[in-house]
Amino acid sequence: MNTIRSALTIVWKDMITEWRTKEMFSSMFVFILLVIVIFKFSFDLRISNAALLVPGILWAALTFAGTLQLGRAASLEVEDAHVDGLLLAPVPRSAIYVGKALGNLVFMSITELIMLPIFSALFNLNLFQPLILLAIFLGTVGFASVGTLLSTMAAYSRAREVMLPVLLFPIVLPIVIAAVKLTAGVIDGGTWQELAVWVRFLIAFDIIFLAISLMTFRFVVEG
Amino acid sequence: MIHVRGLTRFYGPIYALRGVDLDVEAGESVTILGPNGAGKTTLLRILATLLNPSSGEAQIDGKDLSTSSYDIRARLGFASHRSLIYDNLTVEENLIFYGKLYRVPGLAARTEDLLRTVGLLSRRRSRAGTLSRGMLQRLSLARAIVHKPDLMLLDEPYAGLDQESAEMLEVLLDAVRGEARTVVMTTHNLERGLGRSDRMVILTKGRVVFEAPSSSLTLQQLRESYWEHCRQDSGAEEVPS
Repeated sequence: MNTIRSALTIVWKDMITEWRTKEMFSSMFVFILLVIVIFKFSFDLRISNAALLVPGILWAALTFAGTLQLGRAASLEVEDAHVDGLLLAPVPRSAIYVGKALGNLVFMSITELIMLPIFSALFNLNLFQPLILLAIFLGTVGFASVGTLLSTMAAYSRAREVMLPVLLFPIVLPIVIAAVKLTAGVIDGGTWQELAVWVRFLIAFDIIFLAISLMTFRFVVEG
Repeated sequence: MIHVRGLTRFYGPIYALRGVDLDVEAGESVTILGPNGAGKTTLLRILATLLNPSSGEAQIDGKDLSTSSYDIRARLGFASHRSLIYDNLTVEENLIFYGKLYRVPGLAARTEDLLRTVGLLSRRRSRAGTLSRGMLQRLSLARAIVHKPDLMLLDEPYAGLDQESAEMLEVLLDAVRGEARTVVMTTHNLERGLGRSDRMVILTKGRVVFEAPSSSLTLQQLRESYWEHCRQDSGAEEVPS
């Protein structure tokens, strides 16, 4: 109970901060928009059915924009030693992790909800299908859970902007592949039997990443 | 209250602390002096459970820092020259945020009371980022005592403050000491340290090299002791390979 309450307090703080600065939303939104527009117009000139490429474009945009957001969220805590304020409080380290991961998940989900209609309109494709939304949700959960851990780790290093993608992309690759496969399967009209394997794969990786991150976060933040 | 024996910490090949022994009684106020790199901040960060020692033992009220850090954190307040205040939250929201993490009962009343004490009640709705350095340090002190800690750890609280702000902070720190809290403070200001503590400790090269009750020292004697111990290169030493 204490863990959940403390985590929600951290989410509340991050929400107020983001509401006032709009740093993460604006950078993620502009980035995703640019990716969509660039891919849309470059593929339209050379490929007859650009919709075939939508799963890859979608997840490339989400992955890169998510990395921007994770890096910013972590460096906000580590810059000026704000993280010390959290570590001094009598709350479990796991509560700090859950709070930061939950905040990242919420920010990324809101950006995705804003981005999906634009994506659908530009590629003339309905992305508001339950299984696509499930793929985006499960992919984002996995990405945010391991990303929160790795972005905190990277934020302590000198070359934090370089370190985060180097650490994150190889580890998050199974999640991205599964999410692309699931999204593509839904767009191609695959049956549940064909797609269930990817849903199970995403759930399994989410649980593994969440468990490992919860267990190891304290070693990242404690000197 | 604080019991430290053989505390050692190194960063890679550099010793920050090498075998520090220190005891602080409950209600006592101790000032730790020392040049840059002497290990003062490292010692305070270990006591604040922000850093693990490489070896040695550290206890607060008989509880080991490494095994009871959760209980200990609820009882200590830590303030340094870094405010730990979020610029984009208001003055009041900062205290509410930390108060919630510490599960402070009657938080609204406690926040108002603290803001009045530190003279920031009229700025309660201002974003912390708009405060001056002195105001920020006062808010930082309010943050550190929001949960009424028994033990205060103050790491160079006067750093970067102008004379007026330093004097205001001094009045606040006197009030903190007046509430019978145990205080351990590091500073470079010998006069402030001597005037406001029961015991003076000098740390150089990660070792306690001098300890005396403040009442037995004049400022001149303290200066002489300080220079005697800190005259040589007093920075951190390398761990022998």
